[in-house]
Amino acid sequence: MNIDFVKLFQLIVSSALINNFVFTMFLGLCIFFGVSKKMETAVGMSITFTMVMVVSAALSWVVYQFIMIPLQLTFLKIIIFIGIVAAFVQSADTIMKKVSPTMYYKLGVYLALITTNCIIIAVPLKNAGEHYNFFESMAFALGSGIGFGLALIIMASIREKLEVADVPRPFRGLPISFILAGLIALAFTGFSGLITL
Amino acid sequence: MSLKPKTNIELIKNGMFGENTIFRMAISLCPSIAVTNGMKNGVALGISVVFVQTMVNVTISAMRKFINPKIRIPIFMLVIAGYVTIIDLLMATYARPIYKEIGLYIQIIVAFASIFARAEVFASKNKVFSSMCDGLGMGIGFLLAMVVISFFRELLGKGALFGYPIVSGSPLLIMILPAGGFLAVGLLMGFFNWIDMRFFGGKGASGV
Repeated sequence: MNIDFVKLFQLIVSSALINNFVFTMFLGLCIFFGVSKKMETAVGMSITFTMVMVVSAALSWVVYQFIMIPLQLTFLKIIIFIGIVAAFVQSADTIMKKVSPTMYYKLGVYLALITTNCIIIAVPLKNAGEHYNFFESMAFALGSGIGFGLALIIMASIREKLEVADVPRPFRGLPISFILAGLIALAFTGFSGLITL
Repeated sequence: MSLKPKTNIELIKNGMFGENTIFRMAISLCPSIAVTNGMKNGVALGISVVFVQTMVNVTISAMRKFINPKIRIPIFMLVIAGYVTIIDLLMATYARPIYKEIGLYIQIIVAFASIFARAEVFASKNKVFSSMCDGLGMGIGFLLAMVVISFFRELLGKGALFGYPIVSGSPLLIMILPAGGFLAVGLLMGFFNWIDMRFFGGKGASGV
């Protein structure tokens, strides 16, 4: 298989910056607003999320190409992909608890949350829809993970500052965070048109 | 949520206002911004959610005696995914133009926290009919939120409603851009909090 490194690089950059899942496709918002209160949790979540993202995208790709297409089961892709993600997250949770308890205490909390993240199911669905090959799917998953992490860390660093700001009472908490996200999204539109795939 | 049992009407009302998915609980936010740049898309997704939420609640509630609590999460997921597949295939067949725009978000309903949460919190412990009312209320609450957000965004961003032009002049383009979605939800949420604090003495949405 010949690998087109330029295309892979473009995929990573475009999925991390230009088509950033949080700011241009609005996925994964529940977690985005949930864990972006503190820098520490934001970093933990980004690392865990990127790892789970890449592995579950790889698993879904293999299952899709070698089981679902030959058996013509592609119409079941929603059920099967969510099953794969849920099963992988559950097993990663169990394995991590046994193998490395210290890491589990740091990152385990985030694992359980990941199943309810829309991005984790959107990436395999998109990979299947766009007919990416294995390396392209990996690049797309990695880019999406990095993009989510980036968004989370930017947001967390601003929200930490916001703690001491004097925000009007009805806007405290979530509403002001939404407005913040709107402003960051406005900044991210500056990236659009950088690469056209 | 209070512990005393509620009548079915109260359940529906609770879902629509008291525990409105988007403005009060602040969950299932992803599609609330993604598809609300036009009334048509917002309403289509809202109706799909009403269907999925109600059917999931009914199914889980009917099966609640047979589900082993240890494996309930995968079972809930499978039930939800089943109904999402049904609505996905139905939309793909009968509503082709809308499906092209919001198809991905229909499939994403499977990862909705609100549907899962209602199955877990309510349907797995209550009778079939009251679960149905609860699901209906929650779904309608979501639909209402979608209608409100997309009403403002389409009116301000395109000067139109359901695709028909209403006002002429140069529209506020930012409202239909991604950024406008966040701004609209933030401002509306703040506004509802303000009403709640001002007139009902509430504390506003606690949020996450």
